[in-house]
Amino acid sequence: MRNARVLAAGLLAGLLVTAAALAQDTPPSAATPTPTPTPAAAPAASQTSNYFNPSVSVIGNFLAVGGTNNVENLPSANLRESELGLQAIVDPYARADFFISIGEQNDISVEEGYLTFTSLPANLLVKVGRMRVAFGKINTLHLHVLPWPDEPLTVVNLLGGEEGWIGTGISAAKLIPLPGDLFSELTVQIFRGDSEGLFVAPQRSDLAYNGHYRVFADLSDATNLDLGASYGVGPNGTSGDAKTKLGGVDATFRWKPLRQGTYRSVILRGELFRSQREQPGGTQTATGWFVSGEYQLAKRWWVGVRGEAAQHVAEAAIKDTGTAATLTFWPSEFSQLRAEFRQRRYGGPNVASAGTYTANEVLLQLQFAIGAHGAHPF
Amino acid sequence: MRKIPFLLAMILTTGFAVRGQGALRVVTSLQDFASIAEAIGGDRVDAVALAKGYQDPHFVDAKPSFIVKLSRADLLIAAGLELEIGYLPPLIDQSRNEKIHPGSPGYLDASAGCDILNRPTEVVTRAMGDVHPYGNPHYWTDPENGRVIARSIAAKLADLDPAGKAAYEKNLAAFEAKLTAKEAEWGAKMAPYAGTKVVTFHDSWPNFAKRYKLDIVGHVEPKPGIPPSPSHTLEIINLISAQKVPLILVEPYFDIKTPAYIADKTGATLVTFYPSVGGIPEIRDYFDLFDRNVDAFVKAATGKGRQ
Repeated sequence: MRNARVLAAGLLAGLLVTAAALAQDTPPSAATPTPTPTPAAAPAASQTSNYFNPSVSVIGNFLAVGGTNNVENLPSANLRESELGLQAIVDPYARADFFISIGEQNDISVEEGYLTFTSLPANLLVKVGRMRVAFGKINTLHLHVLPWPDEPLTVVNLLGGEEGWIGTGISAAKLIPLPGDLFSELTVQIFRGDSEGLFVAPQRSDLAYNGHYRVFADLSDATNLDLGASYGVGPNGTSGDAKTKLGGVDATFRWKPLRQGTYRSVILRGELFRSQREQPGGTQTATGWFVSGEYQLAKRWWVGVRGEAAQHVAEAAIKDTGTAATLTFWPSEFSQLRAEFRQRRYGGPNVASAGTYTANEVLLQLQFAIGAHGAHPF
Repeated sequence: MRKIPFLLAMILTTGFAVRGQGALRVVTSLQDFASIAEAIGGDRVDAVALAKGYQDPHFVDAKPSFIVKLSRADLLIAAGLELEIGYLPPLIDQSRNEKIHPGSPGYLDASAGCDILNRPTEVVTRAMGDVHPYGNPHYWTDPENGRVIARSIAAKLADLDPAGKAAYEKNLAAFEAKLTAKEAEWGAKMAPYAGTKVVTFHDSWPNFAKRYKLDIVGHVEPKPGIPPSPSHTLEIINLISAQKVPLILVEPYFDIKTPAYIADKTGATLVTFYPSVGGIPEIRDYFDLFDRNVDAFVKAATGKGRQ
């Protein structure tokens, strides 16, 4: 009942805000039409019929793996994901973004598909649909913009698997004014209560919630700091109203001297998650973290290292750890070649005897994008 | 849990801060537009640029601090022609400021009405590198385009702030008068070098070259956005030697290594050419930009003669 009321309140709030926005008498008009430049040789007829089609892009993600790993047994070669992006402005009030994730065979899913209301008052940004949940920073990112070819153990072990936490529901993000140009944003999200590997919702009234607060500060023209705190809760289905509560903090530091900005930069990032899972026999508290650093040494070359460790949510005594080094080459903005040398040490039931199972692997990733020029990841 | 609706209500009702009646807040992608907006707007506007004049305007990070600036803006001035496609669209979407969305009164595409060069006349593909299908976006390097931009900004400011119309028109007239005088000065300085062949790093200078009748015969980049390759560098060295190209113009944000090597091999002179206001602290406004570039060109070209 409580949950039903909360959802009702959330939806009501969303409706009110939307209605308020729509009631504003002047939608962005075409009062000052700027002459739209068109490619000189554009065949006029076919262009106009395509005019309102969404921007289309496809990102291919090919992964080849060498070495032995009996726990995470990735295929030797795999077109792991073909991500189809369809994006357009819907009307004067909103835009829509779809990201369809296609596997090799009989495997298609809507990774994200949401409407964003961009013209709301009170510094609000409301999204409705299916979206990557704003829990930490890495979980919000698509596979192809990660600085590694794989998800860190923090996401795999604590957010339900490689896919991470994806939710279907409503998200409201508000800018909270702070002095100067400090960016501060509070995001509140309410989702259907199931998410693969993480939450199970036997009843309609079982919902999942997430809150995220982010502060971003420019320390200088060349450096900035991005900090976030997240709290999520949802039903885990082990008994009537058993919940899993998630807490997380994330930090990202960037250095990029603007004059040589396309040649040199450093990004240091880390996240720490904690999961408290209520289950028969008591609450299991598991933690996980990663730290990662990437250094750009030339216009098209990057090196990186990552350390990670994460307990298992249902049995915190089991812990996996890992270290990795990456080398990345960008032939152009639209393709990327990456090698990762990874050692993961697994604990628990996967291991025949006491101790850990160690896997040494090399992951070779090739990514390529066609179609619309998307925004550069930041 | 019971507190969530209350919290939501709190969150929804804060932040309806009344905007002050102070200066018109103008955010621009480039410092060049901010400089012109300041000249036209005077005390009535408060102009701030997102990109720095010394950074590559194609690769500006979509920093959240820019969202804060855009959320408060009354007017956004962008170069258009997809120069800002890597960072501006997501910033506008997250600005929560419908006034500055493209198509709204608070959005100005500065390219409107300007002389835009290199519009593709054939089908473009990315085999050509990072091409701009709407034409070369570095058009403000022609001072006559600066005049068009100033007029667009004056008209836009008068739309948004009718009370300041007379002031904007007066400032525009002063700007245009100074520009006309300066153009005569720059034209006179550059006239002896009409027809001079130059190699540039990136294809940033077609408008400048057209205005001052320079002949751009090649680029250090093999294709837009693709860094120099050994084979292309050799081609450029041969080209410079064969055609006796006296000057290599390099934007301040590119690695000097390859152009310096080419200069060393060929005897051509390397000139740092600033595409934007703020490229160095001495370039404080749009007039300084041409003063600096024209003087640097003349200094480097003197004695090398016309080709």
